[in-house]
Amino acid sequence: MSNNAIIRLENITKFYGDFQALQETNTEIMRGEFFSLLGPSGCGKTTLLRTIAGFEHPSNGVVYIEDKPMTDVPANKRPTNMVFQSYAIFPHMSVEENVAYGLKARKLPKAQIAELVAEAIEMVGLKGFGKRASHALSGGQRQRVALARALVLKPKVLLLDEPLSALDKKMREQMQTELRRLQRAVGITFILVTHDQEEALTMSDRIAVMFDGEIAQIDTPQGLYKRPNSRRVAEFIGVMNFMSCEVIAHDTASLDVKVAGLGAVTVPKDQAPAGIVEGMKAAIRPEMLTILDTNEKSEFETAAKIDEVSYYGDMTYYEVRFGGHDENVTISMRNTAGRETLSTGDTARIGWGVESILLLP
Amino acid sequence: MFRGKLFGVFIAVFLVFLYAPTLLLPIFAFNDSSIVSFPLKGFTTEWFGVLRDTKPLHVAAKNSLFIALTSAFLATILGTLAARVASRYKFPGKQAAIGFIMVPMVLPEIIIGVSLLVVIIQMGMSLSLWSIILGHVLICTPFCIAILNGAFMNLDQSLEEASFDLGHSKLKTFWLITIPLVMPGLVSSMLISFTISLDEFIIAFFLAGTEPTLPVYIWGQLRFPAKLPSLMALGTILLVLSLFLLGLAEFFRRRGVKRTGQMNSGGFL
Ligand SMILES: Nc1ncnc2c1ncn2[C@@H]1O[C@H](COP(=O)(O)OP(=O)(O)O)[C@@H](O)[C@H]1O
Ligand SMILES: [Mg+2]
Repeated sequence: MSNNAIIRLENITKFYGDFQALQETNTEIMRGEFFSLLGPSGCGKTTLLRTIAGFEHPSNGVVYIEDKPMTDVPANKRPTNMVFQSYAIFPHMSVEENVAYGLKARKLPKAQIAELVAEAIEMVGLKGFGKRASHALSGGQRQRVALARALVLKPKVLLLDEPLSALDKKMREQMQTELRRLQRAVGITFILVTHDQEEALTMSDRIAVMFDGEIAQIDTPQGLYKRPNSRRVAEFIGVMNFMSCEVIAHDTASLDVKVAGLGAVTVPKDQAPAGIVEGMKAAIRPEMLTILDTNEKSEFETAAKIDEVSYYGDMTYYEVRFGGHDENVTISMRNTAGRETLSTGDTARIGWGVESILLLP
Repeated sequence: MFRGKLFGVFIAVFLVFLYAPTLLLPIFAFNDSSIVSFPLKGFTTEWFGVLRDTKPLHVAAKNSLFIALTSAFLATILGTLAARVASRYKFPGKQAAIGFIMVPMVLPEIIIGVSLLVVIIQMGMSLSLWSIILGHVLICTPFCIAILNGAFMNLDQSLEEASFDLGHSKLKTFWLITIPLVMPGLVSSMLISFTISLDEFIIAFFLAGTEPTLPVYIWGQLRFPAKLPSLMALGTILLVLSLFLLGLAEFFRRRGVKRTGQMNSGGFL
């Protein structure tokens, strides 16, 4: 293992009765990184997070934190703290009392507790709210209290279970930036659970995409977007067009494929899975396809018919139909000055490049 | 609307039947006549004076108070344990177990009284205040569970997890988080079982031995017509006390709801 890992999951599995909530998981999470567990609801994100926190015991395998096995370490003795989905603010305590709660377990002197609490409350932007009763707080404020209450203990790892899902859109966007800022400021490893791909992309250093109790891919946001390792991941992160394709020839460097709608192309090996996979599809992002203006040129051009136009102000989304491919393909175009907007029924020349085509299993 | 009117009449008649007899208690308690009948004769507090000077009554009252306090305390502890299990854990046979605990709520008290009497005598133990307490705990516990189950259901489990996560032990968590948050339930449970025990007659009558409780004492005195007005006075005191306790229970419940910002659902008043 690398020395920089703060958490190492070794052969972790989890069964609830006969139901396997976690497939065998082996992963390292690095010191100081903002790591996200991303996946649809029910895929086992919370289970994995609670296993790290010590609320669930893995059926198999070991959680290591700083190389120490956590098997016999209960949640209250682990160097992790959790921000719960419901925030779990103690309703019979004020903001200050909530934040001081964990410090009291450590039996610190009163003056020191007061100092640390004031510091933490200020850090999350709640200065002046210390005496406020906790049931008189808004959703965003409750979340800040939950953050302060956990961070004041200076955990090695902060675990956050869908912390933004209960907030409205505006508040959520604000908190995304703020969580990121907070994480950089304290330098603590954050593990965030979310089902929102945009949230994961904007905040994380690395993301683990999970499906059905299994981590499908771990990469940086850019890596996941540009090089998803499967159709499922590609579809979950952003929008992806898929076209059926047929391998005609291949050598060590590239594959010659015939893509429905686009025709024959030579795709470099590193844009394709290792080995030849049955039923591979060619994938291309909507922004990698261009509707060419009259005098514009592109390396590859294919004619298509515009089927549907959705205008979003800064962007226009087109559903187009290529000859020889029986599904619509989505194209997104930035509405720059002078570029004309086409309408349904028009025929257009679509430009694209080999470098933006992926072959996915 | 005709149906609306009919319903109003029904409620009025119902309330009169329910409360009119009770209202007779304070009326005759202050009536200056040793015969309990209309027309009223004038105002007096003499009957309350009689109560003050009746020594056996004081003994009975003390017995009742001791039994009610002890039963309320024990039933609430048992109720807490059962409600906690009912709201948190899953195990085979749970429904049946909870069902059997709740049965005494509807079981005729005479059956409980007789069967406890048989058991206690067969075991060679003598009747005492504790045998009555045993019976009262049995009938109060289901009520405590019903009240406390609501309190525990309302308690978000992640609050206890958060406390544990923040470094406190399970025991400390129970003390610092669980107990304060179900406190209104505990107080209501205590007050309701106190009230039930205080005026329970049948079990107390069967298991009393030589030490009568207040209701048993009152029943014994009903044979003497001359005692009737002073019993009316006693009844008045008990009535006021019961209303006060019920009010107190509801006050604590509402305060708990307000303090924790939960939805106000259910309750007794
Ligand atoms: N205590 C439990 N008992 C039985 N099944 C559970 C339990 N907790 C979670 N599960 C199941 O495990 C799966 C993963 O749950 P969870 O980790 O909460 O998913 P996520 O957080 O990704 O939405 C779900 O199918 C859920 O029903
Ligand atoms: Mg979850």
